[in-house]
Amino acid sequence: MARLSRPAILFALIGLAGLALPLVQFKANRIVPGNEVGFAGLPWGLPILVILGIVLIAGPLPGWPATLRLIAAVGGLACAALSLGAAARHLVPDGNTLARVSPGSGFWMLLLAFGLIMADAVTRLRPRLSMRWLMLVGTLVLVAALLGSGALDGVSVMREYDARRDLFLREAQAHLTLAFGSLGLALLAGIPLGIAIFQAPRWRGPVLGALNILQTIPSLALFGIMIPIFGWIAATLPAAAQWGVSGIGAFPALVALFLYSLLPVVSNTLAGLTGVPAATREAAAGLGMTRAQVLAQVLIPLALPVLLAAVRIVLVQNIGLAVIAGLIGGGGFGTFVFQGLNQTAMDLVLLGTLPTIALALVAGIALDLLVQASKRTAS
Amino acid sequence: MTGRILLGLALLFLLAFLAAPEVFAPLFQPLTRNDAPAIYTQTSLLSLTLSHLAIVAAAVAASTVAGLVLAVLVTRPAGREFLPLARTVTAVGQTFPPVAVLALAVPLMGFGTGPTLVALFLYGLLPVFENALAGLTSQPPHVAEAARGMGLTPAQRLWQVDLPLALPLVLAGMRLTAVISLGTATIGSTVAARTLGEVIIAGLLSSNTAFVLQGGLVVGILAVLIHHGFQAAEARVRRRTGQG
Repeated sequence: MARLSRPAILFALIGLAGLALPLVQFKANRIVPGNEVGFAGLPWGLPILVILGIVLIAGPLPGWPATLRLIAAVGGLACAALSLGAAARHLVPDGNTLARVSPGSGFWMLLLAFGLIMADAVTRLRPRLSMRWLMLVGTLVLVAALLGSGALDGVSVMREYDARRDLFLREAQAHLTLAFGSLGLALLAGIPLGIAIFQAPRWRGPVLGALNILQTIPSLALFGIMIPIFGWIAATLPAAAQWGVSGIGAFPALVALFLYSLLPVVSNTLAGLTGVPAATREAAAGLGMTRAQVLAQVLIPLALPVLLAAVRIVLVQNIGLAVIAGLIGGGGFGTFVFQGLNQTAMDLVLLGTLPTIALALVAGIALDLLVQASKRTAS
Repeated sequence: MTGRILLGLALLFLLAFLAAPEVFAPLFQPLTRNDAPAIYTQTSLLSLTLSHLAIVAAAVAASTVAGLVLAVLVTRPAGREFLPLARTVTAVGQTFPPVAVLALAVPLMGFGTGPTLVALFLYGLLPVFENALAGLTSQPPHVAEAARGMGLTPAQRLWQVDLPLALPLVLAGMRLTAVISLGTATIGSTVAARTLGEVIIAGLLSSNTAFVLQGGLVVGILAVLIHHGFQAAEARVRRRTGQG
């Protein structure tokens, strides 16, 4: 007899716990403690409970092809999300705008179980690069369709979103500007700096040492210190103020994120350039290329995968750190996070954290794929 | 050598500052406005520092134990099936922003030190696990051969060969975890954990740069000292096991 798959047993246990725990939390309004409702407490809950249970219990049996597991995982995720939306519609009476239905612990466990099944299936499938791009885009389209369909509109997070749609779009834009703007600035300054210390080895120690120390300053303090510095500059140099330099708003946050991004960019530029074999460099020089030509046509293309790896580190890190800008009035999704924490309104915290996590995940996966693609062209 | 002297001076400055912060008031006075106090006195800086360090140490210790156990489990024959999954989960988990993890732990744990500890523990798990995994799987094949040839049982091999050889990498993982945790713990103050973030946030709320700077300075010096302490320990262990 073939063996049961051990990871699948783990997934089944997590998933079954999710089915047993409450799917949603119902509150008469945003502040009062709520009561919890599971699948069994919903009119159509029982059949879904049984179907998901059977899928989870059958999972560990041998002989399931990975493709089928992937389909089961996507189906399970969709099922959990749709159940959440339907539960919200069922529990909130029409026209009641105060009642809140938020995802309960059971929902998160189901999400974890089917997410793990999906990750496991994708790892086993070892899809080609083009297929993985397709999967990423497909997932995004599915999530967008689910959110756009209105099936989840009754859920508390979507209610919070509905109440501040314009603000959400503005903060999303601010968050992206912070993350990508600081990345752009770091590349503009960091790559030349990396090339410079590649050409002048005795500067490597001091430059990397200084950037390392910069990295140890806690983000909260660095953000805070930027405010008076730029406030002072804007006050003493009117020209700087005209260029948008100011002690309030997004500017101090942008500079703080830029400073944190410098170390990965500079050190990876250096690592990428020193990683090119000396023989390759000499061959290029032997062809009669000038130093600048060797750099532009040989070294930089070969160092590209390491550079892209730095872009991945910086982007994922900055999408997360940009949340702290919300604490100093710099905008971004952090605004909702800290507003929610202050009012102990967890739905508002979710409205800030969920898009941040989604952005970081998508950026991380997309750049991983880019790094792999560039490795292929570089070799 | 100059590095050591600078580190020693930083440590001395830190100890003197924590022992008698008022002495340093003239240093911070130019950063205040309208005769605001230059030194944070609501809570003693020393007790905040100790509480900050205790939270970080507890989280790092817990994530080291858990990360090591997990890494050992997935590299044993019985757990090998979990290895590819564990790698994927680690890679995905590290893209989760620490602030988001902290905020999401609040509904589970309420306000206070709890959510900060959980967030630091979960976030710290990944570097330790990843490095322990690298240490346990990247040993040259002749080492395993020799251990088997000497007649060591699998348990003996784990304790006497695999773990000692993986130790430098485990320490490197702990170093990453500790430095990240020191910074992230400051944000814990927004959910009412007693850390040095309290000083920084008090400064942000009253536009008192002196507070922001002294909170950041203490955490920054601590981070540099801990970073170098771990690096020294790594080098020592590496020498002892003949790895460099």
